[in-house]
Amino acid sequence: MDSIVRESAYFGFFLTLAGYWAAVKVSRRMKSTLCNPLLLSIIFIIAFLKIAGISYDSFDNGAKYINYFLTPSTVCLAVPLYRQLRLLKEYAFAILASIMAGTAACAAMIFGLSRLFLLEESIYASLVPKSITTAIALGMTEEMGGIAAVTIMAVFVTGILGAVIAGAVFKLFHIEEPVAQGLALGTASHAIGTSKALELGEIQAAMSSLAIAVTGVLTVIIGPVVAGFY
Amino acid sequence: MKYANQIMIIGGISLAGELLNYLLPLPVPASVYGMLLLLLCLCTKRIRLEQIQETADFLLVAMPLVFVAPGVALMESFGLMQGSLLGILVISAGSTVVVMVLSGLTAQLLVRRKREKEEKLHG
Repeated sequence: MDSIVRESAYFGFFLTLAGYWAAVKVSRRMKSTLCNPLLLSIIFIIAFLKIAGISYDSFDNGAKYINYFLTPSTVCLAVPLYRQLRLLKEYAFAILASIMAGTAACAAMIFGLSRLFLLEESIYASLVPKSITTAIALGMTEEMGGIAAVTIMAVFVTGILGAVIAGAVFKLFHIEEPVAQGLALGTASHAIGTSKALELGEIQAAMSSLAIAVTGVLTVIIGPVVAGFY
Repeated sequence: MKYANQIMIIGGISLAGELLNYLLPLPVPASVYGMLLLLLCLCTKRIRLEQIQETADFLLVAMPLVFVAPGVALMESFGLMQGSLLGILVISAGSTVVVMVLSGLTAQLLVRRKREKEEKLHG
């Protein structure tokens, strides 16, 4: 199979859309938060590629063009932010406190657990930026002497897991305020969490987008300071 | 022409974000500069919401699609880090849950406290 699609510019493009379409269908039917469309589509596509014997590179030949929209999509997060500007001003203190608490806890936990698992310093450095959006995380890993592949994996696991468990976490801990839900998603799981926040509502999306930017900046400042003690 | 203009504006902001990323020595990606720049333009009314609305809403709805291919790429990298895989996964998962609960509860507590205070003042 691989030789047929190797040169195709539309195979990966189509498979991405088809995989996502199928995942949305399934997740609507299942009505479980564990059936996150993003997670399902990734599983479907990996399974398809493995069964059909198609390499990742052949898939990426067409799929990479979708990635081109990452920057403009992130730019457009300014729109829900602008629509909710009043809320942002009203709860400025709560927003800042929530993001700072999350970011500090994240840095402390990564530090403690990395010590516990006796991880090498380069792996620890790769995990520090795990709760921030891929583009900032990659720049930070480079600065701190981490490994890019480890960072990408940690960022992804963090993002997808956050989107998948958000519903259950909010129910279990009675987090009902839209502002709080958005901040929790954005601070814990960056842009992937924000794609889930967009599903929940406009307020959640605005708060989550804001959290991406603030968490990114805070982690860039806090991360190297904490890492100095490793 | 409506959509072409909207795409042009969003593309232009993305380009300006790239330029800022190139000029400023901070580890902030072009997309975050662009997001802040667009917010600034909307607040100062240099760009009106109607000028980008439909395209922006489309890009936001379609956003998860952007993460599909990098997620599929994980099938390549899992094998590369077998030794530390368990540690990496436990740390990633554990901290995600803790951060989500802590941020959420902190925000909810402060938001509700502020609202109660205001209700007392006015009510």
